[in-house]
Formats: sequence, structure tokens, C-alpha cells
Amino acid sequence: MIMKEIIATIKSNCEAGSEIQILDAIDQAVLAPLLLALRDDKTLRFTILTDLFAADFPDRSERFEVVYNLLSLKLNKRLVIKIHTKESAPSVASLFSTATWYEREAFDMFGIIFDGCPDMRRILTDYGFVGHPLRKDFPVTGHVQVRYDETLEKVIYEPVILDQEFRNFDFVSPWKGSEYVLPGDEKATQ
Amino acid sequence: MQIEKDITLNFGPQHPAAHGVLRLILDMDGEVVTKADPHIGLLHRGTEKLIEHKTYTQAVPYFDRLDYVSPMCQEHAFALGVERLLGCKVPVRAQYIRVLFSELTRILNHTLNIGTQGIDIGATTPLLWLFEERERIMEFYERVSGSRMHSNYFRPGGVAEDLPHGILDDITVFTTGFKKILADVEELLTENRIWKQRTVGIGIVSAKEAMDWGFSGPMLRGSGIAWDLRKSQPYDVYDQMNFDVPIGKHGDCYDRYLIRVEEMYQSLRIIDQCVNQMPQGPVKTEDGKITPPKRADMKESMEAMIHHFKLYTEGYNVPAGEVYASVEAPKGEFGVYLYADGTNKPYRCRIKAPGFAHLQGLDFMTRGHLLADVVTVISSLDIVFGEIDR
Repeated sequence: MIMKEIIATIKSNCEAGSEIQILDAIDQAVLAPLLLALRDDKTLRFTILTDLFAADFPDRSERFEVVYNLLSLKLNKRLVIKIHTKESAPSVASLFSTATWYEREAFDMFGIIFDGCPDMRRILTDYGFVGHPLRKDFPVTGHVQVRYDETLEKVIYEPVILDQEFRNFDFVSPWKGSEYVLPGDEKATQ
Repeated sequence: MQIEKDITLNFGPQHPAAHGVLRLILDMDGEVVTKADPHIGLLHRGTEKLIEHKTYTQAVPYFDRLDYVSPMCQEHAFALGVERLLGCKVPVRAQYIRVLFSELTRILNHTLNIGTQGIDIGATTPLLWLFEERERIMEFYERVSGSRMHSNYFRPGGVAEDLPHGILDDITVFTTGFKKILADVEELLTENRIWKQRTVGIGIVSAKEAMDWGFSGPMLRGSGIAWDLRKSQPYDVYDQMNFDVPIGKHGDCYDRYLIRVEEMYQSLRIIDQCVNQMPQGPVKTEDGKITPPKRADMKESMEAMIHHFKLYTEGYNVPAGEVYASVEAPKGEFGVYLYADGTNKPYRCRIKAPGFAHLQGLDFMTRGHLLADVVTVISSLDIVFGEIDR
């Protein structure tokens, strides 16, 4: 029932002319049947999964957001569907073949497990890599560095040594400025 | 008698026909490929992570380094995304300059692709001819931005600098000469028996498969789907340009080659229109909170001085929100999905690279083909590892 309502909303929005619409916090159980219905619906035809990726919001109770970016060639519309999750999400690789690598990437970068994905290996990081680099709590410098060791005559991994302390330049102004308008302030927006 | 066994062949990551650092694990039955498993990530530099730690101004050069044979098109996607979040208008002249250089970039990309595809198959001459032309385009890059490849030229709000004097005339000279070179290359390849033997019927993608595997650009058009973001979702002044979108019939490597050649002719048409219609005017938005002031103004105006200082230290704050901006890059749809949180750095910057989806299709495209055809298919995918590994 929920699904029919969602599809009806999408249809009316498409007719209203919005080029891209975002559906936030879709129920995980609804996701796969919803994508299937959107793909096969004769009037919608969201047949291309342009992109699938995740984002990390550590403050939320369900920290990850998995985003499905769909494209309908027929309507010339885009549709962004989001689900929220703690650690796992349903795989859509059986609906869109292209999802396999994107899910592997989301797993590699965020550690989200996609249930039913045919291939859950890491994809972008090194063989034997530990950690999930795009998580907000992963340092930008990483944990290990590699170099060629002359004596051992091979490439070795060692903990990152920073020659100088990592400097995070936070230039956001601490003075937000006053709320009241000073004489002459109106010129600033002209 | 020996029992025949499948062999596993390691291809790359250091192989001239792998077009970069691709490692392929091929399962072979004799000389026939039964499974191809690309191992990617050897060029992974964590671009998305790095951009989260940089201001919007500092993020632009990273886009040059993704697909390093078509840098400006990627800056374009990022610039469009940030502009949409800021809600700022781009002056018409800047839009023309962007379209002009996007099309030069398309030629830059396709000449490399066709040249190297020729080399992979055994034709040396097109590469030599086309690289000379590439060098000319890179000279135009250098003249506008100071850099041959990593130009950092398209900025949110416009372009970095106005065109130098006389460059439009030189571009016209270039396009006239390039048409002739392109015709020469076509004479060598298009009806060439060996070229056809090696590309016709190789790596066939049906329209349904192309959509299922999330293809875009020439890979999608090669399979007969008329889809070009420059036409369907025009950005900047593409809606005022007059050009055609070539479509393939069979979805094989040969069709994709023909499409790329025709796209170059169409790009020349667009370039000519841009050169002829280019209006005068500013080349970046006049909002001093987004684009830096002129050097001369800084000597006179205190406000310009402050703007300059603020822009090159704090940068500009982008209102909180989400946006997806995509362009028709030479390789396909290149998109940027930005999460802005109201500060001067993006909270998350997702880069959608066309090559990532295309390379995934290599497995189904090469099954049942010979090893030599794998090379043809790889070059026809037009992959560059900067954008796949990010």
C-alpha cells in the first residue's frame, strides 16, 4: 500500500515538471520492490541506475545514508531514493547489473554490507586493506604507508609517520557578524 | 592424453594495452575468454575524502586529475553543482567560453581514444597525426589557464580569466586544419579491411544491456539510444547550439568508433558557432563574495582587498543543501553529487564517473571473444583510471 502511494507521488511530481526529485528515508523492505516497480512501470521507466553511493552522518542513530540515483530516459527525469541504515542494506544487483560494483564500492568505503550482493569484495582499496576510508572517523592521512625497503628488497607497510603534525585549516570565521543592520550594510548586497 | 584445463591469465597492471593501471584476471578456455575480472583501484587517491577537507575553491583542481584526458568537462560538472547551490548566475560570455572549451576537450579526448585504439589494433599513423592536433588543443589550454592539462579554468561563477587576445582566430585556424586531419584519419581507418575485421561485431552491447549496466555517452548511443545530456538536459548555452547527435545501430566497437569520429565533427560545428557568437562582457559572476576581484581593483578598493583576503583564506560558504549536477563528458555522463552543510567545505562530494560503469561491463562484453579482442573492447570503452579509481 505504501508503495502505491510513493509511486503515485512520483508520478504527480514528474507531471508537475520537477527535473529531479529526492525521496528520503524509504523503508529498506520497500526498496527492492519499489525500484522494480519504477523500472518496469510503463509510464515511468526508470531503467537506468546512474549512481549508487553512501554518505556518513555519525550523529544520526542510523549513521549511513545509501543513495540510489535513477534516470528515466522516457520522461527525462531523475529520481533520487535514499535509505537510512546502521550497517546493512538490501542489494539491488538482481534488478540493475550495474549495482554490483557500486555496492562493492559502498562496502569498501563505508563498510555497509549489502545483503544478497553476488560479490562483496573490496574494490578500490589495496589488497588486505583495513578500515573504511570514507567514514567520517577515518583520518584523511590513513593508518599505514608503503615504501620499498632496500634491505628486505620488497615493498613494506608501516604505520603512518607524519613529518609535521597534520594541520586542519579551519578558516570558517568565528565571528558570525551581528544580526542588526548597520548603516551602509545594504550596499554589501547590491 | 592430457585433459584440457582452463587457464587463468593475469593481464596488467603494467600493460600498454590496459590504458592505465588495470589488472585483469582472465579465465581462458584456450584462446577464448570465459570470464574477465577487472581489479581496479591501483590509482585510488581518495579524491572524495580529500575534497571533504578542502574548500570549494581548492576542490576544483582535483577534478582535472580524475579523467586527465578531458579535464575541463569535469570542472564543468563541479562548477554547475556549486553554482546551483549558491544560486548564482553565470555571465553569457563565460557560458560560451565553457561550451567552447568543453567541445575542445571532447576533441582532445576522442583523438586520444581513436589514436590509442589504432595502436592497440596495429595502426600507428593515426596516433602520430592525432597527437600533433592534441598538442595544439593543449596549447589553447595553456593560453587560457597557464597549464597544458590540469587547467583549473572553469570555476564556480564563471571561468578563471578572460580569453587572451587573438585566441579565437587561432581556434578557427585549428578547426579548419583539424577537419582535414580527421578526414585523413578516416581515410586510413573507416573503410580499412583490417580495422573492420578487428572491430565489427566485437563487444556487442544491446540497448537493454546498455541501460541495465548503467552505460552513458558513446557506449549508450552506440547501442541505438538517442540520449545526450547536451540535448536532453542542456546546461550553459548548449540549448542555443546547433548540432546533431550520432547514434549507432549494432552496438559494437566499430559503431562506437564511428560515433566518436562524428562527435568530433559535431564538436567542430559547435566550436565554430561559439567563436562566431561569442559576446563581450564579464567572464565571472560579479558577486565579490564568490569570485575574486581583479588585481587592479585591489590596489584601489578596500572592499576588493577584503574580498580577496577572505576568498583565499576562508573561501566562500555554500548554503546547506544537496545537488546533483551532470555534464555530457566525452566518456559519458559525469556527475557530481554535493552535500553542502553551510560551511566552506563540502560535507560529501560524490563523483559519478562514467568509466566505472563501463569497465564493469567488460566481463559480459568479452565473454566468448578471443584474447586479442579484449584489447579492442578495452580501448573502445574509453577508460581512464583517474576517474574510475578516483
